[in-house]
Amino acid sequence: MSFEPKILGIACNWCTYTGADLAGTTRLHYPPNVRVVRVMCSSRINPSFIFRAFQLGADGVLVGGCHPGDCHYNTGNLYARRRLAVTKKILEFAGLEPGRFRVEWISASEGNKFAEVVQEFTAQIKELGPQQKLKIDELQEKA
Amino acid sequence: MSRIGVFVCHCGLNIAKTIRVSELAEFASTLPDVVVARDYRFMCSTPGQEMIANDIKEHRLDRVIVTACSPLMHEHTFRKVIEKAGLNQYMLTIVNIREQVSWVTSDIEEGTAKAKALLNGAVYRARLLAPLSSRVIDVNSGVMIVGGGIAGIQAALELANTGKKVYLVEKNSTIGGHMAQFDKTFPTLDCSACILTPKMDAVLQHPNITLMTYCEISEVKGFVGNFDIKVRQKARYVNHDKCNACLACTEKCPGKGISEWDEGLVKRKAIHIPFPQAVPQKPVIDRDACTYFLKGKCRLCEKVCEQKAIDFEQQDTFIDVKVGAVIVATGYNLMDTSPLVQYGYGKYPGVYSALEAERLFNSAGPTSGKVTLRDGKEPQAIAILHCIGSRDKNNYEHCSRVCCMYSLKFAHLFKEKTSADVYQFYIDIRAAGKGYEEFYNRIIEEDVKFIRGKVARVAESSDEPGRLIVEAEDTITGKFVQLPVDMVVLSPAMIPREDSKEVGRLFNLSTDKHGFFMERHPKLAPLSTMSEGIFIAGTCQSPKDIPDTVAQANGAAAEALTIVSREKMELEATTAMVNPASCCGCQNCVRVCPYGAPLFNYEKGVSEINEALCKGCGLCASVCPTSAIIARHFTNEQVLAEIEGLMEF
Repeated sequence: MSFEPKILGIACNWCTYTGADLAGTTRLHYPPNVRVVRVMCSSRINPSFIFRAFQLGADGVLVGGCHPGDCHYNTGNLYARRRLAVTKKILEFAGLEPGRFRVEWISASEGNKFAEVVQEFTAQIKELGPQQKLKIDELQEKA
Repeated sequence: MSRIGVFVCHCGLNIAKTIRVSELAEFASTLPDVVVARDYRFMCSTPGQEMIANDIKEHRLDRVIVTACSPLMHEHTFRKVIEKAGLNQYMLTIVNIREQVSWVTSDIEEGTAKAKALLNGAVYRARLLAPLSSRVIDVNSGVMIVGGGIAGIQAALELANTGKKVYLVEKNSTIGGHMAQFDKTFPTLDCSACILTPKMDAVLQHPNITLMTYCEISEVKGFVGNFDIKVRQKARYVNHDKCNACLACTEKCPGKGISEWDEGLVKRKAIHIPFPQAVPQKPVIDRDACTYFLKGKCRLCEKVCEQKAIDFEQQDTFIDVKVGAVIVATGYNLMDTSPLVQYGYGKYPGVYSALEAERLFNSAGPTSGKVTLRDGKEPQAIAILHCIGSRDKNNYEHCSRVCCMYSLKFAHLFKEKTSADVYQFYIDIRAAGKGYEEFYNRIIEEDVKFIRGKVARVAESSDEPGRLIVEAEDTITGKFVQLPVDMVVLSPAMIPREDSKEVGRLFNLSTDKHGFFMERHPKLAPLSTMSEGIFIAGTCQSPKDIPDTVAQANGAAAEALTIVSREKMELEATTAMVNPASCCGCQNCVRVCPYGAPLFNYEKGVSEINEALCKGCGLCASVCPTSAIIARHFTNEQVLAEIEGLMEF
């Protein structure tokens, strides 16, 4: 059986989640691997959410927010942008392959962009194979 | 130990086609704390709602999961259902298996598996939900309307007639918008000014409307029911309290500026009212054209003004307005067609844009209503080119909806005012609207020539200097057409205002890729936006004609009224709170909050959150190094549990 990755999506309510809904309303098909958690703003995302997902065996994590400057809460995503940039560095420092964590700005009108990003990201994760670097049972085995 | 009920909706076949709903319900019953799980054809229907309510009582449920469409659709509906049945409305979780599963998947195996994972996450999250109490706030009864075109005028009058206080903000020195520039309106050919100016005057006279012309929005604070908006009154250099509208100043002024109202076809004075029926009838000075501002002397207007109303020292001022709701009706622009060099706009004097043509028909226009070319001659042959920049993948994909009809109107007016041959170059004629097809048939009868083909090029005639050649393929005969004409009228794409992105940012409105404001739902909430209490009307949402614009304005007025007619309203309880026991006093939250909701209590050494100001984004919770801030309904524990649930399958 071919490798079907588990990908966590975290999307802000106002832009990316609504954009994902629009992809559905317009019946754009994309791979089922991304499972989306809704938060009100990308700034709500605590890096621990992402670390935890990888520990639990996520093969990739995709974060979506409003375009910088268009945040529903004015400046929230600007903080998110910086925090997630640091998160990415920490993940890579901890040994994770760079392609497994991605941040995208997808507006409420960009249903097609959501579908494209999911397609592309899923293909990329498939290429990378199962994530083993941060998965807890793998870590325990090593210990 | 909680008691969860799971309700899986088929949504007819919308969900059931690509997800095995009964299998999903069976799966749900195996999950921890789930005491009842059912599937039903339409959960949002009355029997569906009753099923949930009965199960809450019968099975003593304390949490409900509805596995159906997006929470943006029916979260509110189901919150009310469980509240009626005695649960706190926040003890609900929606699993979005329609927009984000069944509609984006064609394979039933894939769809069912993804739905199971999402449902498992929801169960994990639901176990940690906590009841929240809603906040009740006082509602300000005023409404602000941004944009004084026909949409803004209509909405203002409707609302003011219900007794509500209305602030109508317009960036130009008069209200009226584009409609004031038109000569006739299709398909009835009634005079635009004759139907518009009485409404403009009614706005000025209405005791409940505060007209704020020459104003722009500079800051928007607050939230639904309590907006606090800062408006910049641009310096007019004329004290309107003193001015008695005698307009003696406008006669003496030597300064020359470009007449925006006449689309730049003529000059106007530096101190001016834009057009004879402008509202208010009081002038402003255009700094860029004023001899005094440019050269340091003149002040002729000051000398002739008996009211001593001229004030060259006037500065911009700021006015604070408090309202409960806002209607944004900022209108459209026509695309600048000069970059489309193949049509020769800006290069050949015989090429006009649609709004320029409008002004040529108008008796108050630059030619007093005579159709003449820039050299004063009457055209013998006129070509009207449809779909310039619209229905065009290289520019704007959308149809601008009104161009076919106004192009037909132009043809009629050209026939009425000149003896010229009139040609329409079109892709399709779109005449959908009351009386529109009939109008189209009437114009065909008027000996207007229709050539189906998009024009490739407008060039200068080599045989007859000054004339133009229009080149196109006639797609009915399959022949290449080269038509000599004297005048070309372009019908350009209708596009959003140049500042629509900034206006969108101020009011937290999403825009589509071109900058048109996004509605909350394209069909069922076309006037609401994702920002509660802010509504849109007219062409700022998408191209539309006057009847549709007016209908939207009335609708937006009614929507705004549903808010401001209440004295109090309930707000989302999903705010942040500080656990003082673990707050370390770093004040990160105070620094990052866009709304100033967290304040530092120096006496206790901890932050406290003013719930009235908190909008629930959760930013503070993420910057809190000790996790002392709890983002209600999106707590760390709740989100982490959901992630754990999602990753299990």
